[in-house]
Amino acid sequence: MKNENLYNYILGIADNSLILGQRLGELCGHGPSLETDIACTNISLDLFGQVRSYFQYAAKIAGDDRSEDDIAMLRKEREYKNVLLVEQPNTDFAYTLGRQFLFDVYHLSFLSELQKSTDLTLSAIANKCIKEVSYHERFSSDWVKRLGDGTAESKAKMQEAINDLWTYTDELFHQTDADKAMVEAGVGVDVTKLKEGYYKNVSDLLLESTLEVPESKYFQKGGKEGIHTEHLGYLLSDLQYMQRTYPNMEW
Amino acid sequence: MTTTEQIIDDRLLEILEKVSDPEIPVLSIMDMGVVRTAIIVDDMVQVEITPTYSGCPAMDVIGDDIKKALKEAGYESKIDLILHPAWTTDWITPRGRKALEDYGIAAPLDAEADKDVLLNEKRIVKCTNCGSQNTRLVSQFGSTACKAQFQCDDCQEPFDYFKCLK
Repeated sequence: MKNENLYNYILGIADNSLILGQRLGELCGHGPSLETDIACTNISLDLFGQVRSYFQYAAKIAGDDRSEDDIAMLRKEREYKNVLLVEQPNTDFAYTLGRQFLFDVYHLSFLSELQKSTDLTLSAIANKCIKEVSYHERFSSDWVKRLGDGTAESKAKMQEAINDLWTYTDELFHQTDADKAMVEAGVGVDVTKLKEGYYKNVSDLLLESTLEVPESKYFQKGGKEGIHTEHLGYLLSDLQYMQRTYPNMEW
Repeated sequence: MTTTEQIIDDRLLEILEKVSDPEIPVLSIMDMGVVRTAIIVDDMVQVEITPTYSGCPAMDVIGDDIKKALKEAGYESKIDLILHPAWTTDWITPRGRKALEDYGIAAPLDAEADKDVLLNEKRIVKCTNCGSQNTRLVSQFGSTACKAQFQCDDCQEPFDYFKCLK
């Protein structure tokens, strides 16, 4: 493939949305209330829509007979490039919204920079997605505040979720080789520059929510290189089941 | 570079205005602002549509409906989905806003007011049933990604509010 770095770079962005979209989709019919159930699945739908734009572009770059569906459904676990944060299980509503919040703040700042990409397709996708993601970020921030500054129990659960998920935040700012090459080419976003603003925004909101900002400096990474936590395999077996069992099936 | 201008051939306008949004049947896709270009090149109609939301499941149906309507009028067509410039609620025409309201969906406010109702729970969205502004947000996400759920505290009517997208 001529543009292998670009192809891998697009997958790196899209896989975050794909895996998080799948996680949120698991709540369809299982949300804690009708409104939150609909909200989580709406966010999931936004993310899947964004994934389609990215994968259609990636399929075009690959230039062989690969389709957007092949890219989404037929890769092996090690070939998915999403960060570890988004594959973490729903556990409870505090984890679901904590994960969403920690990702949304990053996603928003990332897309804001991607809009400046010299690659016109990527900048157009970013320009489209950022409008949707700003609603996601409002929703998740709102819930972190509501649970953090709520009852003793909701506060304890929200704090526990943030403490547990904190270890996956640093990976958002790691660069792979494809990332570095794309930054140099003016196509990619230099995520290392987003780190300071990210932790400031997240800390401000946590303090406003009367929560503590975790102090742990122990961070997990690996997702961007295809080394995942055990949760991804189970998620993929759900995601890929139909296409693996009935290859090329159509609705 | 694509412009934000719409380019629609006059001969096609009447046909396209009859195609409606499958989620909101009273609303023409022209009033929705999703058709950006419709021109005739060598007997072939080229149409460019842009999605309201990335994951909007209505887009595939809208594409098929346009093709069908043009075919009935004797035109072959090619439909392209474009992402740039990104759709905004500003492109909904005044007639479209009225159709939304008549259908029971409150039309989008401007960006600042939108933030006030969705985040600060300000009561300014007009109830589509009785017109009262004594309405409250039930959920930031509604029956589709583009809408939020509201309820009127005067007449008790639940209704959708079309969120501002800029």
